[in-house]
Amino acid sequence: MIHRQTLSQLAAALRARKVSSVELVRTYLARIEASQPALNAFVSITAEHALAAAEAADRALAAGRGGPLEGVPIGHKDLFCTAGVRTTCGSRMLENFVSPYDATVVTRLRAAGAVMLGKLNMDEFAMGSSNETSHFGPVRNPWNTALVPGGSSGGSAAAVAARLLPAATATDTGGSIRQPAAFCGITGIKPTYGRVSRYGMIAFASSLDQGGVLAASAEDAAWLLREMAGFDPRDSTSVDAPVPDYPAGLDAPLAGMKIGLLKEFFDTGLDPQYERCVREALAVFERLGATLCEVSLPNISLSVPVYYVVAPAECSSNLARYDGVRFGHRCADARDLQDLYKRSRSEGFGAEVKRRIMTGTYVLSAGYYDAYYLKAQRARRLISAEFARAFGEVDLLMGPTTPTVAFALGAKTADPITMYLNDIYTIGANLAGLPAMSIPCGFAAGLPAGLQIIGPHFAEQRLLQAAHRYQLETDWHVRLPEQYA
Amino acid sequence: MALTREQVENIAHLARLELEAAEIPQFQQNLSRIVDFIGELERADTAGVAPMAHPLPGLTQRLRPDAVTERDEHELYQRNAPQVASGLYLVPKVIE
Repeated sequence: MIHRQTLSQLAAALRARKVSSVELVRTYLARIEASQPALNAFVSITAEHALAAAEAADRALAAGRGGPLEGVPIGHKDLFCTAGVRTTCGSRMLENFVSPYDATVVTRLRAAGAVMLGKLNMDEFAMGSSNETSHFGPVRNPWNTALVPGGSSGGSAAAVAARLLPAATATDTGGSIRQPAAFCGITGIKPTYGRVSRYGMIAFASSLDQGGVLAASAEDAAWLLREMAGFDPRDSTSVDAPVPDYPAGLDAPLAGMKIGLLKEFFDTGLDPQYERCVREALAVFERLGATLCEVSLPNISLSVPVYYVVAPAECSSNLARYDGVRFGHRCADARDLQDLYKRSRSEGFGAEVKRRIMTGTYVLSAGYYDAYYLKAQRARRLISAEFARAFGEVDLLMGPTTPTVAFALGAKTADPITMYLNDIYTIGANLAGLPAMSIPCGFAAGLPAGLQIIGPHFAEQRLLQAAHRYQLETDWHVRLPEQYA
Repeated sequence: MALTREQVENIAHLARLELEAAEIPQFQQNLSRIVDFIGELERADTAGVAPMAHPLPGLTQRLRPDAVTERDEHELYQRNAPQVASGLYLVPKVIE
């Protein structure tokens, strides 16, 4: 069964010429087509492009050439710009936008030989935690289609969970990789801020956005991240630091590793069955030779309010570029320039995006800047400093990824705050720019639960190693929803 | 804090959004909830704490040499524009 193979196994099979890229692409395209009515994971399916790229990959492999991912099918979240293939960001605003250039992540993965099968559905402009704000309709959770897959990278997560793809790119501003990874029972990594180039990644909140991976295992995530990470002169926040060979470091033992349990994450609102899964996972790390201790971050409860000042402020600024003039949706019959701006934006953006733009506009407006924006930036430093202190004591921090398993479509759409609080455990890592993962750690009421692992800046290697060693001991990450098994 | 209808209309104007009369109460209610929620920040003791703008401590944004590195690709870029003539973006008349 091709779809039960991991990405690293597929890469090896391709190299050994046991399977062709065209065969893989056809297999996954058939799965994608069959799933689309139920899951709606894709905004665009690029079958022709994919088959042409697969044929080229097969020729390269036959000639003994090709990159480490030569011929491997992947998908991109529809906010990574792809030249010649529309990039919608889940919005009516960009429904017909065809980028003139590729995102650096897209360029790098293509250079490594990966073949893109399509663009994945997402919350509009990555603003959402349930994938219900997409202009192209909600994505549904492969474990139960009455439930959300999480967001904003809901399409990427659902596609990998149903093995419509071995892996996909995603982005995380406040939890948009980790929360859907937890809800869909897969592995996700948000690297350190600056580790993966943001060039060609449509901006939401520039001091928080970071590209990463959703995959079936930590090993597969390591394979993709090795190709995606690294300095890019086109992103002024890209960090110029060498990229370790992530797959090579996976097998190192965990003996002596110090793991801190995030006390506050267990205190409030955590579902008891979910907590049991997380605690059992922590016991596995103990058996693997790690030592556990409790760590307190007293100001972590401020992270959601800080985020809902900083992210909307940056969003209102970033999304000011959609003016109906240079690209994106334009209204019909504008009376004057003001009318053109206002109606193009009001028609092009959905309700959640408007709420965030307006929140950001409010907190940045005269008289409120100090009380909200500056105050939030100060509180952000408090949170960041607490993490830094914690990493003086421990090597990694662990806790749940989300307070509950996946919720029903429509359950949290009436009140934005209820939706925002779903990211209570994930936002801290974004505010502090830290690398963080979510890995499957069991089932609560029959649905996947996620263990979150947070590390110090640029400790992706350590996160992946811990996750991989855990996955060698457990089989949660290989369980598939019945219908897609 | 409950935002008034006028406040919401003013925020929408600043953000260059046009809300329909019927949707204003909903935005008023949601935005008031959000403003209350972020108001929790008041209780944070941030005396003497410097604002943090960059998520990596000690790092600031890099500057590049002031040299031309890009080609003129305006024709390519303007393919996405709703209305273009003679290499210029067209908008409704601004000056009467």
